[in-house]
Amino acid sequence: MLLIPCPHCGPRPELEFSYGGEAHIARPRQPAELDDAAWANFLYTRRNTKGAHAERWRHARGCGRFFNVLRDTTSDKILTSYPVGAPRPDPRAADSAAPESAR
Amino acid sequence: MFRQRFSGLALIRRGLTGHRDWQPHWRKAAPLASYDAVIVGGGGHGLGAAYYLAREHGLTRVAVVEKGWIGGGNTGRNTTIIRSNYLFPQSAALYDHAVKMWGELSQVLNYNVMFSPRGVMMLAHTVHDVQVFKRHVHANRCAGVDNEWLEPEQAKAFCPPLNIGSDIRYPVLGAALQRRGGTARHDAVAWGYARAADALGVDIIENCEVTGIRRDSAGAVEALETSRGLIRTRKVGVSAAGNTSVVMAMAGVRLPLESYPLQALVSEPVKPVFPCVVMSNTIHAYISQSDKGELVIGAGTDAYTSYTQRGALHVNTHTLDAICELFPDFRRLRMLRNWGGIVDVTPDRSPIIAKTPVPGLYVNCGWGTGGFKATPGSAHLFAWTIARDEPHPINAPFNIERFRDGHLIDEAAAAAVAH
Amino acid sequence: MRLRTDGGGRVDRSRSLRFRFDGREYQGIAGDTLASALLANGVHLMGRSFKYHRPRGVLAAGAEEPNALVTVIRDDARSTPNLRATQVELYDGLVAESQNRWPSLERDLQRLNDVLSAFFPAGFYYKTFMWPRRAWKALYEPFIRRAAGLGRAPTRPDPDRYAQTYAHCEVLVVGAGPAGLAAARAAAATGARVILCDEQNEFGGSLLADRAARIDGMSAAAWAEAVVGELAANPAVTLLPRTTAFGYFPHNFLGLAQRLTDHLPSPVPGAARERLWQVRARAVVLATGAIERPLVFPGNDRPGILLAGAAQTYLNRYGVRVGERVVVVTATDAAYQAALDLKERGVDVAVIADVRARAEGPLVAAARAAGLSVLPSATVVGTDGDLRVSAITLGTVAADGSVRVGERIACDTVLMSGGFTPSVHLFSQSRGKLAWNDALRAFIPERSAESERSAGACRGVFDLAAALADGASAGQAAAAESGAAVAPSTRASLVEAASRSDEAVLGALPHPPGPVHKAFVDFQHDVTTRDLALAAREGFQSIEHVKRFTTTGMATDQGKTSNLNALAIVAGELGKSIPEVGLTTFRMPYTPTTFGSFAGLSRGALFDPVRTTPMHAWAEAHGAVFENVGLWKRARYYPRGGEDMHAAVARECRAVREGCGLFDASTLGKIEVVGADAAQFLERLYVNAWSGLAPGRARYGILCRDDGFIYDDGVIARLAKDRFHVTTTTGGAPRVLAMMEDYRQTEWPELEVWLTSTTEQWAVIAVQGPNARRVLEPLVEGVDLSPAALPHMGVATGRILNVPMRLFRVSFTGELGFEVNVPAGHGAAVWEAIYAAGQTHGITPYGTETMHVLRAEKGYIIVGQDTDGTVTPDDAGLSWAIGKSKPDFLGKRSLARASMRAPERKQLVGLRTRDPRLLLEEGAQIAERPGQTPPMQLLGHVTSSYASSVLGHSIALGLVAAGRARTGQTLYVPMPGGDVEVTVVSPVFYDPEGKRLNG
Repeated sequence: MLLIPCPHCGPRPELEFSYGGEAHIARPRQPAELDDAAWANFLYTRRNTKGAHAERWRHARGCGRFFNVLRDTTSDKILTSYPVGAPRPDPRAADSAAPESAR
Repeated sequence: MFRQRFSGLALIRRGLTGHRDWQPHWRKAAPLASYDAVIVGGGGHGLGAAYYLAREHGLTRVAVVEKGWIGGGNTGRNTTIIRSNYLFPQSAALYDHAVKMWGELSQVLNYNVMFSPRGVMMLAHTVHDVQVFKRHVHANRCAGVDNEWLEPEQAKAFCPPLNIGSDIRYPVLGAALQRRGGTARHDAVAWGYARAADALGVDIIENCEVTGIRRDSAGAVEALETSRGLIRTRKVGVSAAGNTSVVMAMAGVRLPLESYPLQALVSEPVKPVFPCVVMSNTIHAYISQSDKGELVIGAGTDAYTSYTQRGALHVNTHTLDAICELFPDFRRLRMLRNWGGIVDVTPDRSPIIAKTPVPGLYVNCGWGTGGFKATPGSAHLFAWTIARDEPHPINAPFNIERFRDGHLIDEAAAAAVAH
Repeated sequence: MRLRTDGGGRVDRSRSLRFRFDGREYQGIAGDTLASALLANGVHLMGRSFKYHRPRGVLAAGAEEPNALVTVIRDDARSTPNLRATQVELYDGLVAESQNRWPSLERDLQRLNDVLSAFFPAGFYYKTFMWPRRAWKALYEPFIRRAAGLGRAPTRPDPDRYAQTYAHCEVLVVGAGPAGLAAARAAAATGARVILCDEQNEFGGSLLADRAARIDGMSAAAWAEAVVGELAANPAVTLLPRTTAFGYFPHNFLGLAQRLTDHLPSPVPGAARERLWQVRARAVVLATGAIERPLVFPGNDRPGILLAGAAQTYLNRYGVRVGERVVVVTATDAAYQAALDLKERGVDVAVIADVRARAEGPLVAAARAAGLSVLPSATVVGTDGDLRVSAITLGTVAADGSVRVGERIACDTVLMSGGFTPSVHLFSQSRGKLAWNDALRAFIPERSAESERSAGACRGVFDLAAALADGASAGQAAAAESGAAVAPSTRASLVEAASRSDEAVLGALPHPPGPVHKAFVDFQHDVTTRDLALAAREGFQSIEHVKRFTTTGMATDQGKTSNLNALAIVAGELGKSIPEVGLTTFRMPYTPTTFGSFAGLSRGALFDPVRTTPMHAWAEAHGAVFENVGLWKRARYYPRGGEDMHAAVARECRAVREGCGLFDASTLGKIEVVGADAAQFLERLYVNAWSGLAPGRARYGILCRDDGFIYDDGVIARLAKDRFHVTTTTGGAPRVLAMMEDYRQTEWPELEVWLTSTTEQWAVIAVQGPNARRVLEPLVEGVDLSPAALPHMGVATGRILNVPMRLFRVSFTGELGFEVNVPAGHGAAVWEAIYAAGQTHGITPYGTETMHVLRAEKGYIIVGQDTDGTVTPDDAGLSWAIGKSKPDFLGKRSLARASMRAPERKQLVGLRTRDPRLLLEEGAQIAERPGQTPPMQLLGHVTSSYASSVLGHSIALGLVAAGRARTGQTLYVPMPGGDVEVTVVSPVFYDPEGKRLNG
């Protein structure tokens, strides 16, 4: 069970969270302007990163808030967490910034 | 066709002389400079595809490149359930193509893959489950795929350890049984295909990781860069399960795939106590007993994507909750070993066996939690697709474009959710 | 018990215990394991091997035991197979049986397999049993299955209880041998919260069997007792004996299995048998020790041949001499100490055969000084004996490697010691990186993946003084890393023990030319050196392939004593180094762990939460039959006087259509959507238009996902300009709220809107039928129920029976209907009051089954039954609900794709059977052409089907390709007994004009 650092509540066990899939996939503002391929790309195509993966979690059984996590999918080590809307941190920089409890 | 034929007689004859002259099941091939076709991924699907390329399509220079050891991915990590009672006609056709091939695979490969059609029973626990499974039963009957409805007492008769009492949280209201479903010996599938392919001249190249896919000026595949050197080829079939996204990215192709951990476990071996396969989608568990006597148990994927080949304790715990609820006799048995695989999942939970936007690049992926059962059929159809540069009618619906066009084959959604 | 020593050890000779093994009664003493007690009775034969059914005795004294597997039987329902006799603590009255033999352990007919073993080499089953094709399933497999397996699974439900707990600590120390005790003591000294666990009943590990060493002036065991006493007095320390750390998961999360009652003669009824600990530790110290390796030589598996360290443990800890005339074969100094201890206790040690060319060092000298004969450069040519070893034939290895056969020595026991394998199981599970250490001939931890450190023998520090120091420094460092204050470093323990070399051998001992007869590597699975050679010859070269082909390391001991020998033999066969061949992956659990302890209390009602409505007790009292819907229990129907479901539903339906029905709709999901942008928020989500909806009005809403398929539906009421009461399906409530939160927080954070789940805040009482208004009118205050004031889809707030109420005029039945929402705490009282008031109007409670019939008569869909995740609003005939002028909503772009508008899509239609009494089966398929044989061309399927007592005929809904255009057509439902003719009709069967609804 992962120990996930909620930016609002601190580290909490995975059971309190729900996974929200890959982060930084914004819904197009004007879907009608996309062709079918671009729309399918938004709906379905995923990076499926092997390595530092930016993903969404929701502290569903806690504060209820969504936030983003950078997790190494080859080790499940959590590199950092950051609020919705913040840019994806550089994984190398994030490593040293990881909260102590998330090691 | 084989250099050495396997049989009981051959076993006895060589037993008298200390089994000294058995040959390797497959050669330890080193890569040649070029091939007619190269399969990336030495699991059952990939090895099988190479075998059918050589046997049915006359390609003589075929290689399988595997980054580790063959059969070491999901082929060797799954719970070996085989069935074809899927809802949609496209799916039922695909999986039944495989089930028919399973029936004679041992003889075709001259390798005992121990296909055991002992029956797969899927439990219904809610009124909604009953509706869904009866829909399956009717759809399968009309498609010519066996699947029958059992009342709880009949389910109990088919699987004596099953608790059909009302003392459990979600009592068993009935079951859908496919008698032709069952299990097989997973390692034997990989090794059997490897040996048969090798006998047809296919090079099986282990410890050979693909590091790049080279394309010509027209964008078509021309070579694979590997940890064991450059391999020229105009046809590359990617059959790399959980690592498909990584390999396809080398050709600039992104797919609707995500890789999740899938765990399984076995108990210590006990004398025969479980005659069939039982699955419960509603409370998330499936179970059978191996020929060695271990109860083989699995469940759904973990919640998040990962390439670690391990999963969380609470996922296991939940699986065993369900097993102990359905089979309270087994609470005293003990978990011997747990492991994880990486399964590649598509948005509609159906596979992709298709051409890709890159000429000469083909992909067979997205089998999620259920790829083993399809192995012979999938391999056969993938070989067809690679050899002819067009899909077989059975796998034509399992293309990549369906996600763009909305022609999803959504078995999971069709099973729907409780209302 | 002539083999029991006169004194010493950790057993209590004053307490004698009776036990039975295979029906024979024996005596043991308190502190014994089943294995030590049997050995004390001279019983070495405890099991049969898996494949060849060879007679086997104990090899080891602990968790690594591969041979001595037994079933312990407490009572009919409490029999536990496959337990290691070395781990079964003896209690008075214990009953154990050997396994996998017939008719008896002494005479096992399947021993025939051993005779014929030449024809059953590794992987033989892949090469045969293929003819004829069907014989595998019918003949071979059943035969193999019966022969395989070990003990028998219980055939009655386990009555025992299993507990679970979570714990947090600064330092978790796994293993309470010398390094673990030292680590725990050092960590505890900092004030850190420490958990110390050990799989054995007593802390001390190897110290408990070490008679020679002295620590701080005490015997090793006394030192261990003192440290345990000190730790026990520290309130920040939790001591967990009989507790196996079986799994190491990401982020320093470990699973421990604690055995609570298996050692007790009569456990307190209801006491938990085991407890699963899930521990999150800031730092972990692994002090898991090392496991002695057998030597691989022909006939190394006979009963009476065991590990030297095990013999030493039986002697010094349990007071049992494992034999009377012993030959020691060793590659280590450690076995010399065992020989010395045995000799001191009166055992005849015939010879110490040292496989090393040079046998020297303090222990060797001590052995020689004690008069023991030492044979260097030795090897073993073979052994004799069937149910017990009777002799061993030694040999000597010349400098050129050739073997000269030596003398045959009569003996009843052979001790062997090939070296020690560090127990890196948990370290490897944590994904730490192992490295091959050539000097130690072992894989040892190189780099940790977690906040973890290994200490002592599990990282190759075998010397006692060094292990104690290693443990202490690991414990202190772990505490420091976890943030505890650094305590002054503790004084190093003063250790007096003979120094030992770390020498060891791997693989098979040298043997004379010619075939080697049955030198076992994996004892339980009967994997021999020849099997490994065969695997290599047949091309299985990766160690994972070797493992799978030969099954080495796959037995219930998971290769604890065999893996490294197997690896070395394969490496030798392939001419590769050991690291090149690689190591198989260590997987949890470390030792087998009971299913029940994982499941814990998750049984029956505690398997999943049970959600009940405020009116549940009333429904129970009125005889309702319930169904599970999601986590909810919903009343399905209320049978009266022996009615079956069909009769009850028919009666309930008529009551609603003719008088008044009462329905508990509390399970519907409810979400309060509030804020200045609430309407805008719903506009973006649901397919419908909301901005124009006036406060006091409600509308049927459809929610799609962005893929365009129906996800949920429900009535949404606007209570005020900035306040909506959203209802969802019963099962859909959590996921709809989660989806709303997702969009609110991540896509449209600019919207001013708040979401609150109110599902459990409101009890919902549906009053439906022509008399509904008459029933409610006298009870309601502040709301005018007249059609003009509260028309269909009108909403009002007021009071009922002086309780605040939200009153919806809605109908899922097609009748005049109201849904009374009251605070949940008042639900039961209001329900009963309405029921009482309705008596004169024929009020009848009805359940979900009747609700389904009534709604189907009106053609209202159930999401998940008439839709299945592949159905669009238009497919379901709900295009009218879509806000046509909206620029966007979830799913709009997907619905614009050509495939979503194709005329051949499946559409919801009504179906009538020609025979009005004939009821279609839900899920039945629909075809255009009759008389087809599989595979058939199909158009769709029946989604809902009911007998309508009100209409006097059966009705059905179905999804049919291009269905709406087929209205009036005859189609066919192919059933096993032949085609059923159906006519495509409108899905609205009852009151299509909606007069009753608006009444």
